[in-house]
Amino acid sequence: METITKTSRRDFLKLGITAGGGLMLSFNLNDSFAAILNGDIKTSTAATVDFNSYLAISPDDVITIFSPNPELGQNIKTSFPMVVAEELDADWKKVKVAQAALDVKKYDRQLTGGSGAVPHSWERLRKAGATARQMLIEAAAKKWNVAASTLTTNNGFVIHPNGTKLSYGALATDAATLTVPADVKLKNPKDFKLIGTAVANVDNKEMITGKPLYGLDFYREGMLHAMIQRPPSFGTKIKSVDATAAKALPGIVDVVTFKNNVAIVGKSTWEIMKARKVLKVEYENAGNIESTTDHDKLFKELLDKPEATVRRKDGDVEAAFKNAATVIKREYQCPFLSHAPMEPMNFFAHVKADGVELIGPTQTPDRARMATAQLLGIAPEKITVELTRLGGGFGRRLQADYVLEAAELSKLINAPVKVTWSREDDMMGGSYRPAVRYRFEAALDATGNMIGYKLRGVGINAGNSTREDNFPSGAVENLLIESIDHQSPITTGAWRAPITNFLAFAEQAFLDEVALAAKKDPVQFRLELLDKAKQSPTGAIKYDIDRTKAVINLAAEKSGWGKKKNLAQGFSVYFSHRSYVAQVAEVEMVNGNPVLKKIIAASDCGIVINLSGAKQQVVGGIVDGLGHALYGQVTFKDGAAEQRNFNNYRLIRYNEVPQVEVHFVDNGIDPTGLGEPALPPTGGAVANAIFKATGKRLYNQPFTLQEEMKGVKLGQKM
Amino acid sequence: MAAYSINVNGETKKVDVASDTPLLWVLRDALGLVGTKYGCGIAQCGACTVHLNGTAVRSCSLPISAIGTSKIITIEGLSKEGDHPVQQAWQEVDVPQCGYCQAGQIMSAAALLAKNPKPSEEQIATAMNGNICRCGTYHRIKEAVVLASSKMK
Repeated sequence: METITKTSRRDFLKLGITAGGGLMLSFNLNDSFAAILNGDIKTSTAATVDFNSYLAISPDDVITIFSPNPELGQNIKTSFPMVVAEELDADWKKVKVAQAALDVKKYDRQLTGGSGAVPHSWERLRKAGATARQMLIEAAAKKWNVAASTLTTNNGFVIHPNGTKLSYGALATDAATLTVPADVKLKNPKDFKLIGTAVANVDNKEMITGKPLYGLDFYREGMLHAMIQRPPSFGTKIKSVDATAAKALPGIVDVVTFKNNVAIVGKSTWEIMKARKVLKVEYENAGNIESTTDHDKLFKELLDKPEATVRRKDGDVEAAFKNAATVIKREYQCPFLSHAPMEPMNFFAHVKADGVELIGPTQTPDRARMATAQLLGIAPEKITVELTRLGGGFGRRLQADYVLEAAELSKLINAPVKVTWSREDDMMGGSYRPAVRYRFEAALDATGNMIGYKLRGVGINAGNSTREDNFPSGAVENLLIESIDHQSPITTGAWRAPITNFLAFAEQAFLDEVALAAKKDPVQFRLELLDKAKQSPTGAIKYDIDRTKAVINLAAEKSGWGKKKNLAQGFSVYFSHRSYVAQVAEVEMVNGNPVLKKIIAASDCGIVINLSGAKQQVVGGIVDGLGHALYGQVTFKDGAAEQRNFNNYRLIRYNEVPQVEVHFVDNGIDPTGLGEPALPPTGGAVANAIFKATGKRLYNQPFTLQEEMKGVKLGQKM
Repeated sequence: MAAYSINVNGETKKVDVASDTPLLWVLRDALGLVGTKYGCGIAQCGACTVHLNGTAVRSCSLPISAIGTSKIITIEGLSKEGDHPVQQAWQEVDVPQCGYCQAGQIMSAAALLAKNPKPSEEQIATAMNGNICRCGTYHRIKEAVVLASSKMK
């Protein structure tokens, strides 16, 4: 393939003829990219890379669109190409989508995290499609010898005013010889034909027929298999290893100790699983050995500690609480969680004399590459990263630890190797959602106005466990937000909707109590605070008040808030990442027990690209939020996780989900992301509905294991 | 190690593995049939579901020595063209998110409908409750099972 490089303004475009003729267009918009992850969790740092979009049109009218970002179920591999195809005016039936490997020269921000891919790439993808469309029009104009402005496009054809048509495939080779236009006109969103419709996942056929798509499905002739025995307790290190019995078993090639790892290398997965059972490793203490009971004590100490990191301070909080007619003070606690993606962690690595080949499921391929380069002392250019489909991520695959292990082991054994984690390895191996305890305090005056607000978050490796600029900040004159972090050997990481996945529950459950104390309807109470923030803001307002109100009003309208006599409704609204979601949970008492019947969600994620994918992101986010609020926890004893597989780490199942109703605000705003924002509000809506139905307030997760729920049989009905 | 001859997707396959090797790893490592997934290894998640003489079983907990002449069907062998009514329904409803659990979900649903083409809501729930979907596609799974049921002859 020949490539001609042309530059126009800030765009760097590459144009080439594909091997079989046809147009290939790729470009690189070097805009700076700021925050990736809406969180500053320990061990999770943001990898920033450059973007490219890339499409190829072949003479037989097949349009190939490369999707650069890792696909883990957020449906990016369908929605990204839809945007390109929309502006290209392509026939979606003729579009093929291919997963691109890591290419930092071609692509920018090739990662999955922070619900940021669509907001970041929206305009770039549209320009990619529109630029190619314009060039195809110009090629047709030349051919017909007419002005380009007289031509239109439709469904993969350029159309002459007299009705004659030329297909994109027929024009592609000519178009590739033209100069790339500096400016292209984008469609008016009103004219979108593909965007906003329900388009089926491009990998459906492969997924439902069991094709090898995932990292764990990667096999290569001569590849070895490995599993790694890591310290079972955080805060320990290897004292001694006796691998005699393990090495003697059939199929075992080697047992290699490196760092705090003992790798069993063999010819098949089952053989190494068996050898692990006879591997003898002794460990000794090398740091704090912590248990959940220690953390419970620690939380109470830290909540009362005089000093904390002040995250936001407005007005005079002390005076406000002194003058208050009513003070409400509540505490909320959440446990560690495992990400538990259905596909256990794995990666393939082959370290060769002239470079490194990495293949597998990662949310951050460039981070994996750079970390491997640093570990092995190899230039990053000599490392390739091929992306498989990810069997879930939820933040776990932002980390590069499991890639590094595979690379280091491959180097040590001088062979291609796939490292597979057992489910137990995954649950014991760290990178948990951090455990956090919050204390909220509200001061009300005699007429029920909230005149003071305090929040202190204490976390275990949680970094800043607050979101100090979130609502109700800006709506209360006197406010203090603080955090304290305890450094622990138990490693944590970003877990879908970092921090807010629990903070939102605590905040929304607290506001429900404050509204009750102020003798106001919970929805009205929030709307009044938002009006106050709009009319007389205190300090900076970092959320969009109108968008927040719009989702509140839509959820209230669609749920018939306050109008259903036989149902207890609970309300919650939250802004996370860049989008807004309000939810109403409905509980009905059946034979004296609460049954969660339905959750109604109103989301504002701006323009919806793929209605099918977007709806499922909301439903899936709610199911995820609900399941972990009800059942999820990892507890520790002497530094070791006590839940190690799905027999005691309970994930939500088919018969445990209520109905979910999804609504979107139609406001024409450019897309603001939807991978995470539907999850945070669910816990609060459900807890508030359970309170209304039973009079029992829930302060800690998981709900089903709390004292308040003893004797309460919570039912759900889909 | 021992030589076994097993019937997978209508073909006889010869493998040489330890007698306690779970069918899951025989399929994946020895036969290259990777559509059957490893999720937990203790029959809790259903990702490894296959049919054994038409019944949905968890292949991670079924040693090869217990199979004998039983007929095994995996996701790869559910239909030649990927057009079993359950597979069709899964596509029409656009069920998968990450997709990792879906082969197991489909095998559970197909086994249910083969025995009971018109299941009640409760019967669907009972059959599907052993398959975890971490993405939370349960609503669409329900819709797809109902749709597949309407397609069953």
